[in-house]
Amino acid sequence: MPLYQFILRRLVFVIPLLFGITLVAFLIANAVPADPINANLPQSQLNNTELVEAFRREWGLDKTPVEQYLTYIGNLLQGNFGRSIKTRQPIAEDIARFLPATIELATTGAVVGVAMGIVLGIVSAVWYNKPIDYLARTLSLIGVSVPVFVLALLGLIVFHAQLHWVAGPGRLSARIASPPDVTGFMTIDSLLAGQWSTFGDAVSHLIMPSLVLGLYISGLISRVTRSSMLEVLSQDYMRTARSKGLRERFIIVRHGLKNALMPVVTIIGLSYGNLLAGAVLTESIFAWPGIGRYMFRASTSQDFPAIMGVSLLIAVIYVVVNLVVDILYYFLDPRVRTA
Amino acid sequence: MSAPRKRSSTALYLAKKNPLLVIGVVVVVGWVALSLLAPQLAPYAPLVQNISERLQPPGGTHPWGTDELGRDIFSRVLYGGSITIPAGMLVIIIGSIIGTAIGAVAGYVGGVADEILMRVTELFMAFPTIILAMAVTAALGPDIKNAIIALVVVWWPSYARLVRGLVLKTKHNEYVDAARLIGASEPYILWRTVLPNCLAPTVVLTTLDIGNAILTFAGLSFLGLGPEPTSPEWGRMVAVGIDYFDQWWTWLFPGMAIATLVIAFNFIGDGLRDIFDPRTRTR
Repeated sequence: MPLYQFILRRLVFVIPLLFGITLVAFLIANAVPADPINANLPQSQLNNTELVEAFRREWGLDKTPVEQYLTYIGNLLQGNFGRSIKTRQPIAEDIARFLPATIELATTGAVVGVAMGIVLGIVSAVWYNKPIDYLARTLSLIGVSVPVFVLALLGLIVFHAQLHWVAGPGRLSARIASPPDVTGFMTIDSLLAGQWSTFGDAVSHLIMPSLVLGLYISGLISRVTRSSMLEVLSQDYMRTARSKGLRERFIIVRHGLKNALMPVVTIIGLSYGNLLAGAVLTESIFAWPGIGRYMFRASTSQDFPAIMGVSLLIAVIYVVVNLVVDILYYFLDPRVRTA
Repeated sequence: MSAPRKRSSTALYLAKKNPLLVIGVVVVVGWVALSLLAPQLAPYAPLVQNISERLQPPGGTHPWGTDELGRDIFSRVLYGGSITIPAGMLVIIIGSIIGTAIGAVAGYVGGVADEILMRVTELFMAFPTIILAMAVTAALGPDIKNAIIALVVVWWPSYARLVRGLVLKTKHNEYVDAARLIGASEPYILWRTVLPNCLAPTVVLTTLDIGNAILTFAGLSFLGLGPEPTSPEWGRMVAVGIDYFDQWWTWLFPGMAIATLVIAFNFIGDGLRDIFDPRTRTR
C-alpha cells in the first residue's frame, strides 16, 4: 500500500473522531445544570442585557441545539474558542501565548521519558531478575505511583532548595531579561540572540520539570519495553544470531530492540496523553507559564470557557500525535506496508 | 484433586512466591484500617484550627507537624483516607459496571449496536483522562460527588473495550450454543453463561486500576476540582501545602500517603496479573 493511501485510510478514521470530540465538548458545555450564559460570562455582567444578547447571538443560543452545534463548529473553525472569564482575552489568543512554553517542556519531557523508559526496559529485560532489574522496576513503579505533583515538589525541595543544582520555578530567573521572542521557546530564542548566559539559565529551569514529567511517563514505557524485550529475547532468531558469533550488544540492539520496539511506539503515542495531563499538574507547581498552568488557573477560578477550549485543544493534539504514531508504523513495520 | 493444603502454608507459599503482593495487601489493609479507626486514633479533630500553633514542625505534640491554620497534619492524613479510598473504589465499581454493561451488549448483540457503542467509546478515549475529568467537573461544579461522576465518565470506556473483546471470544463457545438449544433466552445466556466467563480478567483490571483512580482523584482534588478546600483530602492538602513549600511537612506527609497507597495497589494488581496470566509468571 503506498503511503498516501495509508494516510488517507487513517484520516477516514481521524476526521469523524475530531468531529466527535467537538460533539462531546459541546455536550458537556450544554448539559451543564447551569445555563451557558451563567457559565460563560462573569457574574458581574449577567445583568448587562446588551452583553448577554451579544453572547446569545454569537453562539446561536436562541436556535435549536443542532443549529447551536453548527454555530459552535463554525466558530471553532474560525479559531473562536470564546472568551476567558478570567483574562477577558479570546481563548485562542491566550492559548497561542501559552502554548510554546508547554511544547518546549513537553518535548524535553518526552525525550527524557522515552530515553529513560526504553533504557530501563532494556536493562531490566537483559539482566532479568538481577538486582539491576529490581532497581529499574522500582524506578518505573515510582514513576507510575507517586503523584506527579508530589514528585515535582520533592524535586524542587531536594535539587533546588537544598542542593542548588537547578534553578527554581519559572522559565528564567528574575534578574535575567527574556530574549527577543522569535519561536516562543526560551532555549532557542536565547541561542538565536546569542545570549549564552540566558540559554544556560533557561536550561537550568527546564531540567527539573522535564525530569519530573519524564519520570512520570517513563514508568509505563519501561514496563512495556521490558515485557516486549523479554518476549523477543527468547525468540529463535536471537539464538541464531548468537550462534553466528555476533557480539552481544549488536544482537540486543539490532536483532532484539528493533523487533521489540513496535509495542513501545504505540505506548509512546498513548503516553503523550499522560504527558499533556502531567503538564497541567507539573506546570502549576513550577510556575511554568504554559497552557497547563493556564488550565489550572482556569479550573481554580471556574473559568469554564477556558477549560473547554484547552480540553478541546489537548484532545486534538492527542489524536494528531497518535495519527503520527500510526504513520510511523508504516515506516517501522514492513507488514503494515504490504497488508 | 490433591489433599487440601493447610491454610497457613498456602499463605506462606504465596508470600514466598510473590512477596510484593503480600506487602501490597498489608499496606492497603493498613490504610483502610487507619482511616476507619481515624476517630479513635487521631489525636486531634481534623478541622479544628489553632492559629497559635500554626506551621509547627513535626515532633512534640504534633508528630507530623501542623498546617497553616494550626491543624494537626497526622490527624488530617488519617481522616483523609476515608475520603480518597472510597472515592477511588466508587469510581472503579461504577465505571466497571457501566463499562461492562455497554461492552457486553456491544459484543453480544454485534452489528449496528456494536458499531455505535464502540464509536462512542472511542470518542471518550480520545481525551486524556484528567483533561476530560477536569472539563466535566468544571461543568458540574467542583465537589466530591461531581469529581466521582467526572471520573466515572472517563473510566468506563476501557472496561467497555475489554469486556466487548472477552464477550466476542466467549460467545462462540459450544456451551453457549448448548444453552441456546435448551431454550434459554438471549439475555439469560449473556448474563448467566457468557458474562461469568469474562469476569476474571475484568476483576484483574479493576485491581490494576484502583491505584490509578486514586491517583487521578487526588489530582483532581489537587486542582481544586474535588472536595471543598478545608477538607483533609490528601491531594487537596498537598495543593494547600505548596504555598508553604519550605514547611515541607505540610505537603510531604499527605503526598506520601497517596504514594504508598497507590504503590501498594499496584503491587496487588501486578501480583494478581501474575497469578491469572500464567504467561507473565515465567518471566
